[in-house]
Amino acid sequence: MQLILCPHCGPREETEFCYGGEAGVPYPDDPSVLDDEQWARFVFVRANPKGAFTERWSHAAGCRRWFTAVRDTRTHRFLDVESIGASQPPTTPRR
Amino acid sequence: MTRIDGYGHALDRTRTSTVTVNGRRYTGHPGDTLASVLLAHDVGAIGTGVKYGRPRGITAAWTEDPTGLVQIEEPFPEPMLLASTVEITEGLVARGVNGQGRLAQVPDHARYDRRHTHCDVFVVGAGPAGLTAARRAARDGSSVVLVDDRPTPGGTLTGTERIDGKPALAFVDDVVAELAAHPDVTHLQRTTAFGHYDDGFVLALERRTDHLGSEAPAGRSRQRVHRIRAARIVLATGAIERPVVFEDNDRPGVMLASAARDLLHRHGVLAGRDVVVATTTDSAYAAALDLAAAGARVQVLDARAEVPPSWADRCAAAGVAVTAGTTVRGTVGEHRVHGVLVGDDRAEMPCDLLLVSGGWTPTSHLVSHVGGTLAYDEALGAFVPGEQLAGVDVVGAAKGTFGLAAALREAGGDDAPTAPEEPSTPSLVVWRTDGDPSRQFVDIARDATVADVARAVGAGMTHPEHVKRYTTIGTAHDQGKTSGMLAAGIIAELTGRPITALSPTTFRPPFTPVGFAALAGCQRGELFDPVRTTAIHDRHVRAGAEFEDVGQWRRPRYYPQPGEDMTAAVLRECVAVRTRVGIMDGSALGKIDVQGPDAAVLLDHLYTNLMSSLKVGRVRYGVMCGHDGMVVDDGTVLRLAEDRFLVTTTTGNAAHVLDSMEEWLQTEWPHLRIRLTSVTEHWSVFAVVGPRSRAVIARAFPGLNVSNAGFGFMTWQDTGLDGVDVRLARISFSGELAYEVNVASWYASALWDHLVAAGEPEGITRYGTETMHVLRAEKGFPIIGQDTDGTVSPHDLGIGWAVSTKKADFVGKRSFARAVNHDPMRKQLVSLLPTDATTKLPEGSQIVAWCDDGALPPPPVPMLGHVTSSYLSAELGRPFALALVTGGRERIGEVVGVPVGTALVPARIGGSVLVDPEGARRDG
Repeated sequence: MQLILCPHCGPREETEFCYGGEAGVPYPDDPSVLDDEQWARFVFVRANPKGAFTERWSHAAGCRRWFTAVRDTRTHRFLDVESIGASQPPTTPRR
Repeated sequence: MTRIDGYGHALDRTRTSTVTVNGRRYTGHPGDTLASVLLAHDVGAIGTGVKYGRPRGITAAWTEDPTGLVQIEEPFPEPMLLASTVEITEGLVARGVNGQGRLAQVPDHARYDRRHTHCDVFVVGAGPAGLTAARRAARDGSSVVLVDDRPTPGGTLTGTERIDGKPALAFVDDVVAELAAHPDVTHLQRTTAFGHYDDGFVLALERRTDHLGSEAPAGRSRQRVHRIRAARIVLATGAIERPVVFEDNDRPGVMLASAARDLLHRHGVLAGRDVVVATTTDSAYAAALDLAAAGARVQVLDARAEVPPSWADRCAAAGVAVTAGTTVRGTVGEHRVHGVLVGDDRAEMPCDLLLVSGGWTPTSHLVSHVGGTLAYDEALGAFVPGEQLAGVDVVGAAKGTFGLAAALREAGGDDAPTAPEEPSTPSLVVWRTDGDPSRQFVDIARDATVADVARAVGAGMTHPEHVKRYTTIGTAHDQGKTSGMLAAGIIAELTGRPITALSPTTFRPPFTPVGFAALAGCQRGELFDPVRTTAIHDRHVRAGAEFEDVGQWRRPRYYPQPGEDMTAAVLRECVAVRTRVGIMDGSALGKIDVQGPDAAVLLDHLYTNLMSSLKVGRVRYGVMCGHDGMVVDDGTVLRLAEDRFLVTTTTGNAAHVLDSMEEWLQTEWPHLRIRLTSVTEHWSVFAVVGPRSRAVIARAFPGLNVSNAGFGFMTWQDTGLDGVDVRLARISFSGELAYEVNVASWYASALWDHLVAAGEPEGITRYGTETMHVLRAEKGFPIIGQDTDGTVSPHDLGIGWAVSTKKADFVGKRSFARAVNHDPMRKQLVSLLPTDATTKLPEGSQIVAWCDDGALPPPPVPMLGHVTSSYLSAELGRPFALALVTGGRERIGEVVGVPVGTALVPARIGGSVLVDPEGARRDG
């Protein structure tokens, strides 16, 4: 069982974490302007590289905060973790 | 009796214990194993092999033994333990395993538990290297855990060696005492590190009571799984002696040289009187000399061309004959060895014990468990740990460092104890000698021979992993501890490839077998999974409820009266609710408090319908979908204030909905000012349902205006009862006039009692989840997760009205515009009425086109859908079902077939709402 470095809590057992898939796939600003293929790409298609992969994790059984991690998919080693924060420009939800 | 005085440092000779094996009684001492007792009584064969039924005895003195399997009968039945590892206690009853073991047929009442430990340094193995490494770490001020699987520390030390100028066992005692004086050192014997995982995580099994027999303290757990997380791991796991394969090498009386030496020094047992030692390496000479000193007649056959001079001198002095350049080709005897066949002319040499040594294989399992590589060492004829793993040090024989002095230096650094240097001469690597391959056993535990390996190679398999699966070599209780290396060597020979080109099979946990009971620990029976009960669970128990598990919740399913079965109780409860009034504990419903100025923005995005337009004081039903437009949850939303909503979810999905809300808030819209709190346990909810519910509520809350005008459908009101806040909402999951009464769970019991008392004049009836399901199904209300399966949209369920057309966007909206969501042949929720009005269709039944002859046509039969819910309806006086049917709404009125057993049952498709379709009842 791996230790995963939570950027807020420090190293914790992997069973405390939830996987959130590829990072950097924001919800589209306006889904209605996407054609079916573009939308399907957002809903269903994710990268699956061999090697470094930037992905989202949640410390679900700990601080419950999401963070971004870079993991080597060949070894499962975490190369980097970073909290999700101000570096991301917020998108404004449409009403 | 072959017990030798002056030997047996593990024994307490002042006491005796009696054990029974294969129906015969034997006497031994505390400190004995079943193997040492049997060998002390000259027992050869104890069981038979798995495939050919050939006799099997004891081959090794510890966990590597491929042959000495016993079934324990008393004190508790356990299959396939090794006689060499079972410590005897008074009254132990065992028998040899003939083929396979047998699981206990009686419950295991012993306790098993687990303990979590964190430490700086975790040392596996309390042999000389491990003890030295642990002492070094302890002296450095580290917190240390040291485990060793044998009953006593010292590893393979026999007591004849000298360390730091004193007898080796005295050195062991000194180190143990020093470790015990350190507050931060934990030292556990009888504890096997059986699995090594990422980042310094190790599982170890401690055996705590079996060796104490009837003297075990009451209440002590029998076995404990230690979950250890260490910053650094030192593997001092030693090495396992390797035999050589020859004809009839499975015969009782063939034993590893180290085993005979171990049995002599530890248990005072001389395993044979007339001993032949066949070796390819130096270490067996020590065994030969020790057995000779204990009184055996010993001859050594060394496969090497020359006898090492220092051993030759010692053997000559001890009267041990040595022949160089000779190997054993086979054995003779019936149930045990009477002689060996030696050299090219297969000359018979009589003996009652054949000791074999083909060299040593480092015990590198724990390196392999975490993905560590192994590399072939030509000189050792064995795979040794390869690249260094981060945070893992391998020391001593486990690393291929043989020789006591060298191992101590490796483990001890500057602080290393010293031992006399022993001269060593290179070993000869021999996997097998000439003979009949069908009688040369590579894996004796599996009865797999050289002929089997040849067959595998002939069939095209060249990788040890493939050969393992074809021959089953290495898959027995011992996981190939002695046979794995031999198999690799023989595969190399048969394929003509260098062994360096082969990678060995991957070792996987556990190192030795671990009982499921130990892995389960305390998590058995009631403790298997946490059970969540509502605040008034005791009321349900007293009312005689039958319960059902909904997620982790234990909810009342129905309340049978004397003589009632579930069917009768549910029909009675349904009638009561539809004609009078019923009360149900709905507290398990998931509840999330959503607060903040932007609360409505989030809910508008997550629900398919508009929530921002909901007025304070009102309630709205809402549906949540995934990005793919498929329903994931539903529930009601109460607007408590402009900036506050109470969201309810399905019982089993509350955590998931909260997670998904948090994910949106943290990853997409961190700027929204919202706080989410799970309040599922904080609020108890009781549904008071039925045409007389208004009278009950009026009596229970005298000040409340309960008129339809004063308290309308899908609104909520706060009131008080004896100074306690109570919130009521007019929400109906049955189509009847209904009130949901909410109170802080602290007051739940009082409120429940109050409502039941207020309902008595109206004949209020407790009802459970089963009745709730029937009533909602009669109204066509779907249960997410029962009537849906992740491929069902709100439109498929007939609740397209809950999908906003005004909102610019919400989760799932874009997917509704995809062509596939407009396919009229999508599966849709409809009702099914069996035309015979008597058959209750089993849930999950397939639906097919009706055939006029009433018979199911031969396959393939196209499936039209399946039954999702099915009940008996008191209201309808017949069974009915809900089903997802291809183009279901277009087919209303059509008869379809449902295969039930061998019959094809006709059923008519109808609209999903079967009771009160015009909704006349909801206002009472």
